Amino acid sequence: MHVFYAILIFAGLALLIGVVLALASRYFHVEGDPLSDNIDALLPQTQCGQCGYPGCRPYANAVASQEAEVNQCVPGGERTMLEIADIMGVEPKDIEEEESVPVVAYIREDECIGCTLCIKACPVDCIIGAPKQYHTIIADQCTGCTLCLEPCPVDCIEMVEVPELLEHWSWPVPGTLRAQVAEKRRAVHHEANHEEENV
Amino acid sequence: MFKLFDMLKGLGEQLHLKPQHSFTGGVHPQEMKKTAGLPSMTCPLPKQIILPMKQHIGDACEPMVKVGDYVLRGQQIAKSQGYLSVPVHASTSGTVTKIEDHVIAHPSGLGLPCIFIEPDGKDEADESLYPLPNYRSIDPVELRERVRSAGLAGLGGAAFPTFIKLVLDQQYKIETVVLNGIECEPWLTNDHQLMLEKAHEIVTGMDILMHMVDSNQGIIAIEDNKMDTVDVMQRTLVDMGLDASIRIEVLPTKYPQGGEKQLIQVLTGKEVPAGRLPIHIGILSQNVGTTKAIYDAVCLGEALTERMITVSGDALPQPTNMRVRLGTPVAWLLEQCGLSDADGIKVLHGGPMMGDILTDMRIPVVKASNGILAMRVVTLMLAHHQEDPCIRCGDCGDVCPAGLMPNLLAMHCKEEQFEKAEDYNLFDCIECGACSYVCPSHIPLVHYFRFGKGQVAQIRREKSFAEESRQRSEIRDARIAQELA
Repeated sequence: MHVFYAILIFAGLALLIGVVLALASRYFHVEGDPLSDNIDALLPQTQCGQCGYPGCRPYANAVASQEAEVNQCVPGGERTMLEIADIMGVEPKDIEEEESVPVVAYIREDECIGCTLCIKACPVDCIIGAPKQYHTIIADQCTGCTLCLEPCPVDCIEMVEVPELLEHWSWPVPGTLRAQVAEKRRAVHHEANHEEENV
Repeated sequence: MFKLFDMLKGLGEQLHLKPQHSFTGGVHPQEMKKTAGLPSMTCPLPKQIILPMKQHIGDACEPMVKVGDYVLRGQQIAKSQGYLSVPVHASTSGTVTKIEDHVIAHPSGLGLPCIFIEPDGKDEADESLYPLPNYRSIDPVELRERVRSAGLAGLGGAAFPTFIKLVLDQQYKIETVVLNGIECEPWLTNDHQLMLEKAHEIVTGMDILMHMVDSNQGIIAIEDNKMDTVDVMQRTLVDMGLDASIRIEVLPTKYPQGGEKQLIQVLTGKEVPAGRLPIHIGILSQNVGTTKAIYDAVCLGEALTERMITVSGDALPQPTNMRVRLGTPVAWLLEQCGLSDADGIKVLHGGPMMGDILTDMRIPVVKASNGILAMRVVTLMLAHHQEDPCIRCGDCGDVCPAGLMPNLLAMHCKEEQFEKAEDYNLFDCIECGACSYVCPSHIPLVHYFRFGKGQVAQIRREKSFAEESRQRSEIRDARIAQELA
């Protein structure tokens, strides 16, 4: 008899909780995938496709569904990788970080034939132009993804370094640690000895 | 009995025996004010004037003149772009020879567009700004516009556009106008000298400020190592009949008392909240030089073309205070003081505590240049190339005037944990250098904070750029989907 009561109580509770959860999932429904949204917010949004996915959002979705690794975003570098690993709760992975200077695409206008192929390739719509008109790049909006280089039939697009602006300059890390000082002195010493040999 | 106490307290206040408040921390570096009391001299016109298009905090200006144009002293040659900006004026008459990038006084050593003027020696003045001697009857809005169009920026060293501080909005009622005559940086005496020589102009400038913000309480704050200026200022106040509304506060010397927030804390006991301005607690503070420039702009109709600069340092044969035209190259200035050989010498722009080492002697002096110090490399302790590990002595925390923990902040900046550094209020650091000064391990703490602040700004810029890119990419995806449908 007691067993019967117990089953009844728990079945009743299960039913009640089920109804509450069903209602909650309907009324507190969240559009989209919050995890992938959060990852997307960390990505640099260059839309360059170097991760193997056609943009930052698809890569974020892939990471969120654990299809992609956390270390595939090249422009994001180590900082982005660590942040994504933190969100996903996984161990950080090695990332091949190249020393890179910020670049933007530049169209040599007198060589441009006005084919609009680059305009179609630009993931952030920052190339303006029309058929048989010169195209040009809005440098302030270019993410430096290089996706416009390949479609250009006359190779008139190149990547140029963004000039360093005084307003955006920031102090480098102080190079005064013992190890750094020793390294500098070693380099000077090496150079001096090298010169002597050459002489 | 209690009345007696009150009376004694009141008496003490009247005699300025002891300030009621102070700020935490602070240091007492050697004063080294060699040039104190020496009469100022006028720097002769250089062969070339170089005027950077940005001499203030904020947005750079746009040149209004062309190469070959003849300009007059005080003629506006560049117009401000954006709100946080003030125009630039030619500092003497002459011909514009070129407009191109030139290295300026900035730690990066990078250049900015500058207008080069070859002086013709006549020094003819432009008279488009007319004098407004009876300023008390003029609308504050017009006076504020005058302060802006005369190109005034804080001459204490930060070069914040002055007109922005003059808030006429009734929402922020300014009760007290503070004249900052502290000049706590070692070596520098330009404010000291200006107060001795131009007391009348400075007090008038202060009266203009008080009229503009409709305040009837003024405080002139002076440190007790400049007692001669106290006498001069007091006499001027009495002569002008302003001694009822403006009082002089003599404060015990301590660095960095001249920091705006520190000074306000000392004078009123009120702290300026983090991330807010003195205006939010009803105070307007102006530097001595700026106040004198306000007088020039309003009563004489002169734009900012000249400032007082302390040219000193232990490597300089004849240190002095000079009235220098803006745009004069530093090399010319040092030459006037007898310095010819620059071997083993570093030149500082600003005081020894907060100044930067100049990378090039062709750099022109600007509105922010309060001192040019030629120092022996040995004195600057550049020999201490390396930092030792932090020994947790806590001295940096004891001297921090902002009440921060510099050792922890520096550690977080070094480890690139900028979020944690922000949690420890990195942005409340005023970069006064007191912590670096006392650090027994020679850790360049302020350098770490500057690094951290720069990186945080960089990350913020990147984030906002990424957000814009994301929006553009989403719009593009939506458009393509629409085209396909």
